[in-house]
Amino acid sequence: MTEPVPASPTPIEALADKGPLEPPRSQWKDVWDQFRKHKGAMFGGGFLVFITLAVVLGPWIWQVDAQKLDIRNKDMRPIWTALWDSTAKVGWNRPFGTDQLGRDQLAQIIQGGRTSMAVGWAAMILSLIIGTTVGVLAGFVRKADGLLMRLTDLFLSLPILPLLLVAVTLFRQPLREAFGPEGGMFVLIVGIIAITSWMPTARIVRGDILALKEREFILAARSIGTTPFRIVQRHLLPNVLSPIMVSATLGLATAIITESALSFLGVGFPSDFPTWGKMLADAVQRMQQFPERVYLPGIAISLTVLSVNYLGDGLRDALDPRIRGR
Amino acid sequence: MLTFAVRRLVLAVPTLLFISFVIFMLLQLAPGDPMAQVPLTVPPEVKEKMRQALGVGEPALVQYWKWLVQVFWIEPKVFIDYLTNSSSLLGWLPDTQLYQNELRVISWQTRSPVMDIVIQRIPQTLWVVGMAYVVGILIALPIGIYSAYRQYSVFDQTGTFITMIGFSIPPFFTGPLLIVIFSVQLGWFPSIYDTTHVVNDWASFKYQLSQMILPVMVLALQTTAQISRYMRASMLDNLNQDYVRTARAKGLGEAVVVTVHVLRNSMIPVITVIALNVPAIFGGAIITENVFKVNGIGQLLITALFANDLPMVMTLTFIFAVLIVLFNLIADILYGLLDPRIRYD
Repeated sequence: MTEPVPASPTPIEALADKGPLEPPRSQWKDVWDQFRKHKGAMFGGGFLVFITLAVVLGPWIWQVDAQKLDIRNKDMRPIWTALWDSTAKVGWNRPFGTDQLGRDQLAQIIQGGRTSMAVGWAAMILSLIIGTTVGVLAGFVRKADGLLMRLTDLFLSLPILPLLLVAVTLFRQPLREAFGPEGGMFVLIVGIIAITSWMPTARIVRGDILALKEREFILAARSIGTTPFRIVQRHLLPNVLSPIMVSATLGLATAIITESALSFLGVGFPSDFPTWGKMLADAVQRMQQFPERVYLPGIAISLTVLSVNYLGDGLRDALDPRIRGR
Repeated sequence: MLTFAVRRLVLAVPTLLFISFVIFMLLQLAPGDPMAQVPLTVPPEVKEKMRQALGVGEPALVQYWKWLVQVFWIEPKVFIDYLTNSSSLLGWLPDTQLYQNELRVISWQTRSPVMDIVIQRIPQTLWVVGMAYVVGILIALPIGIYSAYRQYSVFDQTGTFITMIGFSIPPFFTGPLLIVIFSVQLGWFPSIYDTTHVVNDWASFKYQLSQMILPVMVLALQTTAQISRYMRASMLDNLNQDYVRTARAKGLGEAVVVTVHVLRNSMIPVITVIALNVPAIFGGAIITENVFKVNGIGQLLITALFANDLPMVMTLTFIFAVLIVLFNLIADILYGLLDPRIRYD
């Protein structure tokens, strides 16, 4: 008589699991863990959230009209000037001082930040949409590839800043009539920055799509009859998301700088509509007496761009699977 | 290699033609009227004749063709005449006298040939921008090399941080900042670049040097930030390669390994980036020229734009486009020449 065989043999001791298995980790959790290790990126991300919240919620917290002229309180210095100059004209009701027309500087910084950030985000998103569309089309549709890439090369050899200046001066009037003075300028600047900055995204996306297209999972998707549109949407786009995100941060930084540069050269928004670049440009004439009017918007632009650049650095490291986990 | 260069050169011609066409058509939409400054007492038929004289009355395509002829045929003739007639370089050749008083590209602001003004302005831009670029590269390369060699050291961390800051602060902020610090509070350097200044003795040379320092610093900060980041990344790519280990294994000193083996290989992409960035520097100089009141071609473009001087804007933008296409070409050819692994066929 043989011994009855147990239903399942006892496992070998060394191979037995010590405890319950760890739940599988998602890719985005890995990315987040890697991202957290990059101090600059954490700081940059934190500052970007802070400045975005500050300019979005600021007008409700600091309820001073940025456009209100208060000529009796003109040329006030920021509150910290009192530390070394007790005769300076300062006041707690105007913590960042006022300009030559008595407009509150803090409210102007907030208002200017709203414009700068809005232009930056809108231009970045628009240029990503154009760049990704061109890149996907060029990578996926073989017939369109040559034409679209020649177009990209052509755009890359356009002189960007001179053309921006030309376009802004030329189209200012018609768009102003169509959308109002501020709206027209917004549409114009966002559109022009987007049209002149989509090329790097398109090139990166095309390269990645060309490589991904030959992989087995695309073949599998094709073999079960997935339509090309669904392949792009379900299988290709999620896989090119990381280079797109990295170029998005770069795009945001360049868009903010370009808008400020245009305002600085005097072809940006109308004069009573504050943006950071405009405030800086207006203050340059009297920077000997009131250097803080140059510093404050300048520091705002620089810190925002710096934090966005650090964010991009961290994202690039976190999204690159070869670096991640090291 | 030669065939590649020739093919790229030939391909550059339609690209430039297309770009010039796009710019021209864009400028056709300009709302301004060159006759707006003319007094109202001038009768309309005279105005019409003046318009014809400026070449505005013609259809757009005819105007474009005439512009092309002027830029590509008449201006070179003027230039060759100048070379053989009054330049010291080729003055020994017989005077060619190719230019027979044909109409050149005329600026609407000054009614003088655009190219003459551009030639007057280019030395200022080249001095400031070119000097800044050279200074920036000279600072950037050692920083990039050393911070890659000592990756994650204190030097590398501070270097990366400073280049990141230089990358992020726009020139229209660093310019006023430096002016406030160095020319207003310390009083070391003049805040305005005086282009009429003539260097003829030691004192005037020192003044020239001191007025160039601020604009050069602003532009060089940008260049340094970009180039040293590229240099560092490229060095890091190469330092972990097998051939570096081989070089060390056969007993070469660290200095030779880094400066000969690694550096020469890492310079390949950096040199192309340096070539590619030259036109961008010219474009960025528009802002710096504006801040320091340098009357170079960037400032010329801005004033021409505000004055609605379309021939000037057209020609200047085209010159910028030519620079970009030219340096793209140079970068590609350099890449092929320096890296024997790259073969264009």
